[in-house]
Parts: sequence; structure tokens; C-alpha cells
Amino acid sequence: MTATLQNLHGNHACAMGAIAAGCRFFAGYPITPSSEIAERMSRELPLVGGTFVQMEDEIASIAAVLGASSGGIKSMTATSGPGFSLKQENIGLAAAAEIPCVIANVMRGGPSTGTPTRPAQGDIMQARWGSHGDRPVIALTPASVKEVYDQTIRAFNLSERYRTPVILLFDQVISHLLEPIQLADMASLELVDRQWATGSSAEFAPYASTESGVPPMPRPGDGYRTHTTGLTHGEDGFPSQEPTIVTQATQRLLDKIENHRDDIEAYECHDTDDAEVLVVAYGISARAARAAVREARAMGIAAGLFRPITVWPFPEDALKAAAANAKAILVPEMNAGQLRLEIERLCGSDVKVEGLNRIDGQPIDPAQVTQQIRELADK
Amino acid sequence: MNEMKTKAGGGNFEVRDYLRLDLMPHFMCPGCGHGIALRALLWAVHELGIDKDNLAIVSGIGCSGRVGAYIDANTYHVTHGRPLAFATGLKLARPDLKVIVITGDGDCLAIGGNHLIHACRRNLDITCLMLNNEVYGMTGGQVSPTTAENRLTTTTPSGNSEPAFDACKLAEAAGAGLVGREVTMQTPALRNLIKAGLEFDGFSFLEVMSDCTEIYGRKNDLGESAEMIMAQKSDMRPQAYTTITDQPFRPNRLVTGVLAQSDRPEYGATYRRQAAALRGETA
Repeated sequence: MTATLQNLHGNHACAMGAIAAGCRFFAGYPITPSSEIAERMSRELPLVGGTFVQMEDEIASIAAVLGASSGGIKSMTATSGPGFSLKQENIGLAAAAEIPCVIANVMRGGPSTGTPTRPAQGDIMQARWGSHGDRPVIALTPASVKEVYDQTIRAFNLSERYRTPVILLFDQVISHLLEPIQLADMASLELVDRQWATGSSAEFAPYASTESGVPPMPRPGDGYRTHTTGLTHGEDGFPSQEPTIVTQATQRLLDKIENHRDDIEAYECHDTDDAEVLVVAYGISARAARAAVREARAMGIAAGLFRPITVWPFPEDALKAAAANAKAILVPEMNAGQLRLEIERLCGSDVKVEGLNRIDGQPIDPAQVTQQIRELADK
Repeated sequence: MNEMKTKAGGGNFEVRDYLRLDLMPHFMCPGCGHGIALRALLWAVHELGIDKDNLAIVSGIGCSGRVGAYIDANTYHVTHGRPLAFATGLKLARPDLKVIVITGDGDCLAIGGNHLIHACRRNLDITCLMLNNEVYGMTGGQVSPTTAENRLTTTTPSGNSEPAFDACKLAEAAGAGLVGREVTMQTPALRNLIKAGLEFDGFSFLEVMSDCTEIYGRKNDLGESAEMIMAQKSDMRPQAYTTITDQPFRPNRLVTGVLAQSDRPEYGATYRRQAAALRGETA
């Protein structure tokens, strides 16, 4: 494929990114504002030898994705808030049984059915803590159509490399935004495939720890005949309640993400070196914040923007470095203050952290951010 | 790679050739019918010569969900009620695998009921073995969708006032390609029914009347396992008898055998044919 420029919706960019990443199975259920991802996948997948299936509900969709991925095929689903809530138990299974998969959550207003056609960023904490127990997660927050495309490819790569579910969080504005993007040159695209088990099946332990913390995956049909379960399991894959085994198994899941923060974390810094007022924003809100920071700079205010692209695990060290000279941090987001909690946890003892929160189904206006930057600079 | 090559399809059936013996003893209660169902399944797998390397067993949660782990195959123990949905993804992604779901009356008809209906309607080539022991055994004996009326369970202390589900009628109405029922005491007949399901190109729903002696039987004074399965045997009426007698069965009998079969197209093959046509390939 040669590099071409084309106008794409955020949702279509997600589908095309998935196809480029090697996704060959999609199971989904209709839900606004993510349905165009499923619709595009239903057209694209058969053309590349993949499979699309519309399942009977949100839970079936993620369960089918886990089945397809267990069979060795890169797989994804897409949804919005209510569906994301329904999928949580199986996202936990994906984390526990180490089944790679990608879940796109196009955020809309909540709680409950909420405002289906209006944007929000209300699932930041659900992405982190939505399923029960201590489970690792990677969540990415693209801020443009191009970035939806790129981060969808990256989501698959991370999912395959770390055998873990990866969540794409964007919102109704980006999902329906039309922007010109250049599709990847497939020849130079770096794609990651999970490491498959090789060698003798006799002593093979499917969940044995490795140097990377990520065990190679046995592919059905290759002769390993292993057991996969959501019950806490030992290195042999069979359930155990032995305290040392339970500790080891759970800790390895957490460590395999924690120990690879350098690879997983992605973020952008704009004018942060001397920033006295630091804005921390993600997704569509970061675009308003970027404009506001530029305007504040023009007014002579030392403002800067820290934009996490990987929101979980949160780029903690990078944020602290960006906030080194900050007197105040502003966190604009389309919820009542979810990421602000994390920023307060990381920087709140040294610096004042304020939110700029919209819960009215409207995107944040750059002028609002500029105004609050000015107020913080004056204090 | 495959150290313990099986005598699949040939020689006498040795159940140990298909079990993970290092997991024995199993953890089913004494008298539980699930072991007989497991043996009948493996017997059918053997007689059909299915390669264990290409055999995938998907199960949910509950006593039935723990049966799969004892099979020396690719085994998946997933979330409660969702094995059919998981198996749908697995089979679509890997049509070369033989995919069998082992589920229970609670897993399949209550929390997983929606998936059963749509798996029947879709008619993907999966064999679903529902082990019906009429109770939630693993959680201590609560009422299930197939508990008979008036039975005592830990959540029906005055007797069950809800009617029981006829899962086979449901599966047939929802469009399952093949529907059947058998009791565990008729083990060769159960093996034959499972073989029919495994050989069928489409979705087969097979209800196995199991028995929960320790929890359900004891609470309802149904006797030991032998008495429970004898009661099932005296209750059963093979479907085949309907053609050799002009008398209708008395009501509330367990009708066994292949109860329904259709020649609807298998979903996976249909999808792949359409996809190939879109790519301009001839089938």
C-alpha cells in the first residue's frame, strides 16, 4: 500500500488502523457513537480474509473477541460507556488469562444511558478500575483522527507484546470528526506479533515467568494442549489457591506492565520547561488546552501543556518533570474531575491542582481554559 | 511435539488416553453424573478419531465448568454464562478446530441464556453439551432454571414455585441444527448422541440429564446416585418409540435421543463463501 492522504472520520480511522495493525477479527454490538467502527470493519475484514460478527450483546462481543484471540487471531471490539460497563468482567478475564485484545471505547455522556450523541470523558477511571480485583491495564487517549489511527496500531502492538487488553479511549467529537490523514506505509510499519510457544510440549508451563514477564502463548493446534482459566492459576495454568502461587501470579501480571513503563508511556509536552501554570489534558480537551496555552503565552503567561497519550499507566515521572516549575496545575476534562484525582495524587502535595470540568455534553472551549490559566497565573 | 500420541479412531477406547491424569483425583462429589457424561464425550471423540491437538473445549462456571479441565486438549474455562460466545469467536477464527462447549443448566439457560438462543439461531459448527443437574451445585444448591416444581433448594425453602425450562424445545425453536437429550445411565446411547452432534455440520445442542446426589438429591430425599439415575431411566421415553407406538407418551416424560434436526446452512461456511466472493475468489 502506498501512502495516501484521505479524509477519515475518527471511527473509520480506528477501523483502518486496526486493519493495518493486522486485526482480522471484530465482534461488536451497535452502540452510539462507536457504531461506524463496526460498520467499517464489516466491510473491510472480509476483503483481507478476516471475520466480522455482530454478536447478540456487548458481553458476547468481548467474549467472542477473547475466543478469537485465543485461536491466534488479532481481535478487537468497540463500544461506548454502557457497553464498556458490560464488558468489564471479560476484560478482567483477558488480563488474568493474558489474552491480547483491543477495546475501543468511544466515550459519551453518562451515567447510565446518559447523552448518547454528546461527547464526554467520563470513563477514565472505569478504564483503570472497571473490573474487579487487581488487574493491569493499558489505556490510550488519542486526540486527533490521525492519532486514533496511529494509536490503534500501537494498541495492537502493545496488546500483543504484553499479552494484555489495551483500551482506546476517545470521545464522540473525535469519533465523528473528519480530518485528512495519511495512512501508514505498510512496508515500513512496525507490527508486533505475540510470541508463540515453540519447542517441546512435555515440560511446557504456559504461565512460567520469563525475563520480560510475558510468557509465550500456546496456539491451539500446535500440540501444547494447555488449560486457560480465569481462576487464579500457577505456572502450569491450573487453578491454585496456594498463597505464594496466588501472590506470584497476580504480582507478575502487575509487574509486566509496571516494568515496561518506558515502552508503554507516551505523552507530549508543549512549553513545559519554564511553565508556571501547567495544563494537563488528554483527548479532544487537549486540543482546546493547546490553543489556550498558545494564547496565554502570547499574553506573557508562562503556561505549558502536558498531554498524556498513554493515560494508564499514567506517565508519572514525565508529569513530575513537566511540573517542576509549576505553581499551579489545571486539569480540563469532560467529567467531574477524574484524572484530576491522579494529578493530585502525583503533584498535589507540592502544587495547587485545579479542575476545569464540563458535564453538560459540550466540548471544552479554548477561551474557558485561557480564562482559568489567567486566574491561576494571577494568584 | 505431541509426546503422548493417541490411538484416536483406532483400538479400544481407554478413557485415560484423553484425561489429564496428573489432575486426578477429580473434585466432583461421589455419585455426580458429570463423570459419566465426560466419559461418554471422550468415548465419542475417540470413536470419531478427533485429534486432541485440534480439540478445543470451552466451559463456563459451575460444576460443569470444571469438567473441561480434566480433558487432555486445548481447554478454556471462561466467564460465567459466556462459553458459547467465547466459542463463537474461537470457531470463527479457527474453523480447523473441533469446538465443544461444556456448560450447565445455570450457565447455559440463566446467565448465558441469550448466548444459547443466538448460537442456535446462528448455527455455527459447535457442539454444546449442557449437563443438567437441575441445581446450582457449586454454590451450594440454589434453584436453577431446570429445577422441577416443588423441589427444595437453599433458595426455595418452601419448594420451587417456578416451572422448569425445557431446554431442548427452546433450542429447537431458536433454530439449532441438531437437538438431543439423553440420560447418563444409557452411556452407549449418550455416546451415540454426542457422536451425532459432533458429526453434524452446524450447531448441536445436547442436554445430558445428570444427577446431583450430594446436594440436590439429599435435600429432596431422592436417594443415592443409583436411585436417582434409575428414576431418570424409568422416566425416559426414547424419541424413536414414537414411530412404533400409536399411544402418545404420558406427560412429563424425559424424551431422549435426537429430537430435532434441520439442514440449515452452517454459519461459518456461509460467511467464508460470501467473503471469498467479495474478494473475487471462486469458492
